[in-house]
Amino acid sequence: MALRFEVLGRFNRARAAQLTLPHFLCQTPLFMPVGTQGTIKGLTTTQLEDIGCQIILGNTYHLALRPTSELIDELGGLHKFMNWPRALLTDSGGFQMVSLLHLADITEKGVTFQSPVDGKPMLLTPEESIQIQNRIGADIIMALDDVVKTTITGPRIGEAMRRTLRWIDRCIAAHKRPHEQNLFGIVQGGLDPVLRDECVRGLVARDLPGYAIGGLAGGEDKDSFWRVVAQCTTTLPEDKPRYVMGVGYPLDIVVCSALGADMYDCVYPTRTARFGTALVPEGVVKLKHKAMADDTSPIDPTCACMVCKNYTRAYIHCLVTKDAMGSQLLSYHNLYYMMTLSRDLHSSIIQGRFPEFVCKFLQKMFPKGDVPQWVCNAMEVAGIDISSCCAPFFSSQG
Amino acid sequence: MNFSVKAWSNGGRARAGVLQVGSCPSPIETPCLLLSTRKGLPHFISPDLLPSLPSPHSHLLQVSPLHFFEALSPNTISTIGGLHQLLGLHEYGFVAVARDSIQCLPEFNSTNRVGASFETPRGRALIKPLEYMKLISSLRPNIWTTLADEVPAWVSDQRNKTSVDRTLRWIDECVILSPAGGAVFGACVGGSNIEERRRCAQELAVKNVSGYWIGGFGLGESMDERPALLNAVTVRGRQTFCIYETTCATSLQTLQIWKSLPEEKPRLICGLGLPEEVLQGVAAGIDLFDSVYIYHLTLGGFALTFLLDRFEEKLSKPRSNDTGGDGTKINLRATVYRKDTTPIVESCKCYTCQNHTKAYINHLLNVHEMLAQILLEIHNTHHYLGFFRSMRESIKEGKFEQFRQNFIQSRRDHLAKATVCA
Ligand SMILES: [Zn+2]
Ligand SMILES: [Zn+2]
Repeated sequence: MALRFEVLGRFNRARAAQLTLPHFLCQTPLFMPVGTQGTIKGLTTTQLEDIGCQIILGNTYHLALRPTSELIDELGGLHKFMNWPRALLTDSGGFQMVSLLHLADITEKGVTFQSPVDGKPMLLTPEESIQIQNRIGADIIMALDDVVKTTITGPRIGEAMRRTLRWIDRCIAAHKRPHEQNLFGIVQGGLDPVLRDECVRGLVARDLPGYAIGGLAGGEDKDSFWRVVAQCTTTLPEDKPRYVMGVGYPLDIVVCSALGADMYDCVYPTRTARFGTALVPEGVVKLKHKAMADDTSPIDPTCACMVCKNYTRAYIHCLVTKDAMGSQLLSYHNLYYMMTLSRDLHSSIIQGRFPEFVCKFLQKMFPKGDVPQWVCNAMEVAGIDISSCCAPFFSSQG
Repeated sequence: MNFSVKAWSNGGRARAGVLQVGSCPSPIETPCLLLSTRKGLPHFISPDLLPSLPSPHSHLLQVSPLHFFEALSPNTISTIGGLHQLLGLHEYGFVAVARDSIQCLPEFNSTNRVGASFETPRGRALIKPLEYMKLISSLRPNIWTTLADEVPAWVSDQRNKTSVDRTLRWIDECVILSPAGGAVFGACVGGSNIEERRRCAQELAVKNVSGYWIGGFGLGESMDERPALLNAVTVRGRQTFCIYETTCATSLQTLQIWKSLPEEKPRLICGLGLPEEVLQGVAAGIDLFDSVYIYHLTLGGFALTFLLDRFEEKLSKPRSNDTGGDGTKINLRATVYRKDTTPIVESCKCYTCQNHTKAYINHLLNVHEMLAQILLEIHNTHHYLGFFRSMRESIKEGKFEQFRQNFIQSRRDHLAKATVCA
């Protein structure tokens, strides 16, 4: 185990913690931006530090293709290669294959796929995934899991969960750098509470440095989504970090944090920036919209970032989707927004004013009080009273 | 704006000066580079990274008013408060020139008596002096150039004459409409015709402008014909006298007829990119240059690597040809850099060289990541600013000609060696 996880404050299920990783001392809850190819699109590592990013995610599948894990290893690991002094996390590569390649197939051996380079059949085993991630050298590495779409039903869900459990032992056995890298196991089991429970118990028995809740954010309905998170966070150990993979939207992060999750990753803030959308407390601002052409206010008047301090919506409007600078500036703002959100979650939990923070957040996003029912349901389970920001008409809707 | 010439290189027209622009915190020494921008910001260097470039010589930004034509209304720009407010760059000087030499280029066939035509990303645009000045008034640049009818090198004498006539007329039209505050640079054109260049300069010399923009370059003329075209507008009377004194009886008469652009005012040129071309311009007495060369290098994956510090020094020894370079630059896409953990230039103080390796930039180029362009634009701008600094020093030491000859010679040596290697 190469991490320390100290819970500094709690509010019911929500927790604020200090996560000490080999390369950085992180404050949770935290959002991790996705830097697929060893860079966050359009931002320098200095900017990422300025913004307050603590952990960056690298995609094993992409990095293994180019520049290859062998090269990264030879040049001293990904931290050195991209000159990022803080923490890194790599995924197993399996999910990327299944989602990017049509011809990926999962067998007991591993994930078979057609090489995008020469079309030859290839196999990614749990052992290989760990070996590649050991070469890349991230602070947190992820076990290879058998990923199925959350919208799938039937015996395949159970099969995938049990295979994930069998593979975790192969991952642990293959892991050569347990004192420098933390192997996280991934809870699978679809939307089935029985399967999820079995998976959690199986993984906890292996006493891993941290646990991820996988297989979500794949198109399932929101009520199913938060219920899986809530179930897993109640059964996962208190003294280990919990990472909800592929999440996401600011609202999802607030809900999951209230339920006791600690870490998140998503391409959304940077991807949506490239399409001209800014994240703001009220939701989103679409800067491509014609009305922005004459809007001389900042993207978010309450934001203290370099972009909001200097630029009008009108100026960003004439850059977005046309000039590189448009996506650079919007990515900067969006990540700044996510980091501010992470910090606010952390400090409001520590200072014992988490419910107030949640209410303020929901009020801004739903000024009419039309907080979605799934959020109300989740907050009830989380023990956060949000009645002050829900209009009676909406909250009574089933 | 304030400009004064501080030193002339021995026996030449190359000059070192000082330019003061209201919003810049300290005076800028010339010859100097104007940073090329897209809508007022460098192509890839975001505003928070700009201060990492050498100050104050990175503080002059060139902006094309055409970038805002039909993108932001002059009213909105005025409401925001002009370029400095719009871009949040209060300590920078903005120089507005109609064309950007990248996406907005003069389209002489469609230019007519009412306005100048340009190819732009939104299609062809005809800009009349009135519209142009409306944009200038809203943008409030520190320096702006008058609208010009620029023609390429191959047009007829008649078309060239029309271009000069129109450009001179538009100077008057623009000046009448000029806003308070900004300094106006009158456009000097004349294509590849020395007589027309002289005529334009002569007419321009008596106009009430603060400086000169020398247009019509980088439009198909050859490098060899350039010195004569530049000299036609910048040659000082005194020097004309010196040159012709011993060989030509009519030298005094010549001096009286050929009045050049007054030497106490700054001269800006667009369209000269390569170091050799900039050296030609400096040799002819030009003070300010655009930097589209850096943009093109950056997009091509190139990084400037020539030695800067001392003009006595030769360029580094050429390596084998697989570096994709030519002695002044390297191509970071080349596979030799795959495992190269050294910075682009070992001694370079730029953000890129202080933080990243060639191997990383090679990877970023391979996977088409924008950070490659960001890092390359930073290094190339930094490096080219260093080249300008070296030129200024050589002028002040009276050794510009030597600097120029050394630079050109070592390039030639390099190319010769590279050919042998290949
Ligand atoms: Zn902001
Ligand atoms: Zn450099």
